[in-house]
Amino acid sequence: MAETTQLTRHIESYVDSSSTPSHQVASLDAIVLLIKTNALTLEALVRELDMYLTSTDTLIRSRGILLLAEVLTRINSISLDSKTIHSLVGFFKERMADWKAVRGALVGCLALIRRKSVVGMVTGSDAKSITQSFLQHLQVQSLGLYDRKLCFELLDYLLEHHVDSIASLEEDLIFGICEAIDAEKDPECLMLAFHIVESLARLYPDPSGLLASFARDVFDLLEPYFPIHFTHQTSGDTHVQRDDLSRTLMSAFASTPVFEPFVIPLLLQKLSSSLHSAKIDSLQYLRVCSSKYGAERIAKYTGAIWSSLKDTLYTYLGEPDFSFTLAPTDGINFPKSEVVVEALSLLQQLIVQNSSQLVSLIIDDEDVNFITNSIASYEMYDTISVQEKKKLHAIGRILYISAKTSIPSCNAVFQSLFLRMMDKLGFSASNIDGLQNGGILASQSVNFGFLYLCIELLSGCRELVILSDEKRETYCTILHSSSAVLFNAFGSVLAVTADRCPSHPDIYIGVKGLQILAMFHLDVFPIPKSTFENILKKFMSIIIEDFGQTVLWNATLKALFHIGSFVQKFSESEKAMSYRSFVVDKIMEMLSLDDIALPFSLKVEALYDIGMTGMKNMLTILQAMEGAIFTNLSEVHSNLTSHETAVQLLECYSCKLLPWILKNGGAEEFVVQFAVDIWNQAGNCMDFNSPFEDKGLLDAMMKAMKVSVGCCSVESQNVTIQKAYSTLSSHTKFQLNDVGRLPLTSGKYDISPRDEGILLLFASVIIALRPKTHIPNIRGLLHLFIITLLKGVVPVAQALGSMLNKLTSKSNGAEKSDELTLEEALDIIFNTKIWFSSNNMLQIYNGSSNGSDIVLTDLCLGITNDRLLQSNAICGLSWIGKGLLLRGHEKIKDITMIFTECLISDRRKTSVPLVEGSLENTEKQKCDPLARKCATEAFHVLMSDAEDCLNRKFHATVRPLYKQRFFSSMMPIFLQLISRSDSLLSRSLLLRAFAHVMSDTPLIVILNEAKKLIPVLLDCLFMLTEDIQDKDILYGLLLVLSGMLTEKNGQEAVIENAHIIINGLIKLVDYPHKTLVRETAIQCLVALSELPHVRIYPLRTQVLQAIFKCLDDTKRSVRNEAVKCRQAWASIASSRSLRF
Amino acid sequence: MVSGLINENPVIYERKQRQQRSTQSLPADEYTVEPIDQQEIFDILFFFFLNSIFLDIKDPEHPYSLEELKVITEEAVEVDDQKSYVRVTFTPTVEHCSMATIIGLCLRVKLLRSLPPRYKVDIRVAPGSHATEAAVNKQLNDKERVAAALENPNLVDMVDECLAPSFD
Repeated sequence: MAETTQLTRHIESYVDSSSTPSHQVASLDAIVLLIKTNALTLEALVRELDMYLTSTDTLIRSRGILLLAEVLTRINSISLDSKTIHSLVGFFKERMADWKAVRGALVGCLALIRRKSVVGMVTGSDAKSITQSFLQHLQVQSLGLYDRKLCFELLDYLLEHHVDSIASLEEDLIFGICEAIDAEKDPECLMLAFHIVESLARLYPDPSGLLASFARDVFDLLEPYFPIHFTHQTSGDTHVQRDDLSRTLMSAFASTPVFEPFVIPLLLQKLSSSLHSAKIDSLQYLRVCSSKYGAERIAKYTGAIWSSLKDTLYTYLGEPDFSFTLAPTDGINFPKSEVVVEALSLLQQLIVQNSSQLVSLIIDDEDVNFITNSIASYEMYDTISVQEKKKLHAIGRILYISAKTSIPSCNAVFQSLFLRMMDKLGFSASNIDGLQNGGILASQSVNFGFLYLCIELLSGCRELVILSDEKRETYCTILHSSSAVLFNAFGSVLAVTADRCPSHPDIYIGVKGLQILAMFHLDVFPIPKSTFENILKKFMSIIIEDFGQTVLWNATLKALFHIGSFVQKFSESEKAMSYRSFVVDKIMEMLSLDDIALPFSLKVEALYDIGMTGMKNMLTILQAMEGAIFTNLSEVHSNLTSHETAVQLLECYSCKLLPWILKNGGAEEFVVQFAVDIWNQAGNCMDFNSPFEDKGLLDAMMKAMKVSVGCCSVESQNVTIQKAYSTLSSHTKFQLNDVGRLPLTSGKYDISPRDEGILLLFASVIIALRPKTHIPNIRGLLHLFIITLLKGVVPVAQALGSMLNKLTSKSNGAEKSDELTLEEALDIIFNTKIWFSSNNMLQIYNGSSNGSDIVLTDLCLGITNDRLLQSNAICGLSWIGKGLLLRGHEKIKDITMIFTECLISDRRKTSVPLVEGSLENTEKQKCDPLARKCATEAFHVLMSDAEDCLNRKFHATVRPLYKQRFFSSMMPIFLQLISRSDSLLSRSLLLRAFAHVMSDTPLIVILNEAKKLIPVLLDCLFMLTEDIQDKDILYGLLLVLSGMLTEKNGQEAVIENAHIIINGLIKLVDYPHKTLVRETAIQCLVALSELPHVRIYPLRTQVLQAIFKCLDDTKRSVRNEAVKCRQAWASIASSRSLRF
Repeated sequence: MVSGLINENPVIYERKQRQQRSTQSLPADEYTVEPIDQQEIFDILFFFFLNSIFLDIKDPEHPYSLEELKVITEEAVEVDDQKSYVRVTFTPTVEHCSMATIIGLCLRVKLLRSLPPRYKVDIRVAPGSHATEAAVNKQLNDKERVAAALENPNLVDMVDECLAPSFD
């Protein structure tokens, strides 16, 4: 009983129109739950609902019926017996007549017919009776939007799933559907409506049957919707896109052939309309409809479609793109146009469907005939009139499509048009054989029009050949016999003589033509081998001789590349042989010859492009290149040109060839060999004059070395490092074995340039090593590196940083006892005493430790008074620090403390006694900012991403979020130091260092601290404007500020500091040294104008005055931003107060 | 305001392919001066073309921008950065276009807001394109009358409405 009252309450709450929707849903859910848990039967519910369902109060009645319907919708997984379903169907069907309760009736019917057979389904007769009732009672178009949608859903479902039972309704059904759809406007309903028509067509497929007699009426309803055009922008509430709707309408159009008499004329008519979308839609619909209606029905329209297709192509086909930048391998490249694409695919569809008819149309077409007949007159591209050019392009495309679509069409086109053109130009089929050997065409003037159409034809049939298996077709025979003529014709376009250099389109035609000829598949269509070789010879002669013609040269190289990759890809052995002997070998020969005039940079470019055609070619070329590099290296000291050559070759090797090899895999042994050979060479160089005197060559060698070592496996790296070490120890004066035992003496080595060169090369090997690679005599190397970095050799410092970054740490457990651990290495670096002999150092620090030795960190703090030594030490330490920072080692804290000490050292100095502690020296030190500036740079080194070393490419150990960590540990220290610093200099140094840190930290961390950082950041900005050299870091920092302004997290802090930010930015809007700074500053001001008006209004005048000047900035981009900024700030207040 | 369209059947011209300026200047020319030129002025006035809902062309029946209607073309902008002078000539679509003055006023206000104050702006109707050409020209270039027009709240609102969505 309790349950019953509960149920009543739920029902009451649902039916009561005054309760809120959420209440209603809750009570509905409660009822459903009762049924699902078997606490309530459906019968009991219906009995309980009785008075609601039959009440005379329309409101209560409609809610009651809806409740029952909704419950049914939600229990669609609970099985019901057929009797219940039948009686429910009876009930809801009856209710359709009750227009006030129609929503419930519709929802109920939908819920019932959607039931699956396993849980009890509606029978066929029930479905039919629902349909009948629907047709009899419902006036769909008089209902509201949601009810209409329900109606369409119901109809759609009935037509999809109860076809057999409702088919017998025949005329009534068609009439009813027509009536329902008529004048529907909602996109979602239309989607369903179009689908209903499609299903209807499936229901009565007989082309002379029932639907045929109503086709006119049905189509009259659909016709107005074409082309689909949304007058209102699609807003959030409709999810239907224009394209979806258009596609559904298309399938409705194409659903039955009986629409054909109405559809095709309509589409043809709309095709001639000026509306762009109508054109595209018509072409699409035509294509789909013609494939659905069948060839027979379309045949009578083909003529009309053809002529409008031709017109469309004339109008919409743009100028062809005669450039090789994209280099598609099929046909001529045209700017993308949707209309053209659709038109051509329609043409293709028509040819597929009815080849003979279309081809005869094309061949007999008067425009096509006009072009082919007057082909002899189109000699130069530029002399053809605009109108005829358009025709030529369009017909070219048409020929391309007809050649590529089917074999018969291709045959026909070749037989008639191609031979006709040949005739016009004087090569009749009979004398073709006579032309085989002679270059008769070459003596004639070049004919652009003919060659243009040939290219389209050839590329079309090339595509056909790929797809078809037929070997000897008519077109093949024709092509085969005329290939020599074509070769001569294309070749003669490219002939460069003193009085004639080919124009751009001519070059394109010539190169493209030859390329297509060369790229026919051998097994399907044999171009004679001699022709293929002739093509390659022709191209190579252009490569060697015509380098003055940049366009021609580049195009030829591209074409050679395409041919080469094609030959490799389809493994055509015979052609590949020819290619190797005529192209690859030739190119390699070229490299060693000095007498040909081709500039060296072009040689290298050609080398690279040809190499890219395949791994085999690449290896051949690499070998040749290596030979050339070493020949040149050995001559470097005697010959200036071979020095430049070596640099270029090395650049090409490291920047182009190696990345390609890496991408394509394999060939590691070759790379190792290369690195080892360089070391051999470096060793040999020792015996002669040094090749290292020039920086450029050394840099190129280092880079090549780094990249080659970097991409090798551990084993290969071990080989390389052994070789390198033996060279280092045997060919230089460094005493690597002794260096560990004695205290370091800076003056001991006076490094000769030769030694330095080898050392640098060695450092670049170390930089690129993987963590697992074994480094020989690591202690000795550490000592050597420390000494040399004090001499200011930066790569050595980078190598040291890389070593520390990759060493295994003690905590991780180094297995082998002979391996040096990170801790030991650090101990060596920071505790090794460095000895200074008095003749080397002007000042000797006599510290508390015994005698005259100090350690690296003391040097950084400037305990000796040698400023150069101090900056070198700081620079070295910064790279060491970077290595540690990346792996997240604790020692970095001590290192950064040293740097900060340097920054504020004028304060510290007073407390530290100097050796010869005269006042004079102290003064000198205070004024000398060089070393301290180095300390600010050290922060840049620590935070920035290095290109040369310590990155992923060189296998650095990088701890996630290391920047974030470093920033959060440094920020409080810096903030405190800055606020406490009393001297101007150290404050500016601190700000500069902090600027480096901030600009390289990820924005997200900065945002969290925005409040504290903004004042400091603005100080930094202001300080950086003073020196022109700081413009890049200034820009970096400004980007951080602009990030804060645009991110939500930063907003709050920005609002608080709006005044000072705006004042700071105003100072930057006329920063003279960098345009980007001005531009960004103004953009920041625009962003600031979005802040609450109360905060920014007082500054409005000030900003406007500053921006006013920017309107006359020297740079356009700044002026543009200024206009926007002015508009934004002026419209803060009422726009009427805008002053001019 | 006039109800209905003033020009029911405008002639549509093809939109000209706009040449892209090479935007990225090298760091080397950090200090070179880029003078204000024809294209820049045209870009400033480009708001008209991006914004097809202009004044009473609000009916989607006319989904054309003023560029397609050839009201202003790039060639119709004359500019001399040295002499700080700019002249814009525009062509109303029909001879009796009552919109001529309001289009002209919008052009003027836009230029005044966007150019440095040293510029003298001259707005003209193309010769022979408007029935009361002389009167319109005089009205558009009369400082007093322009100032007075901008005192009129209705006019200012209308001008602002035209100019407002120009930054997208």
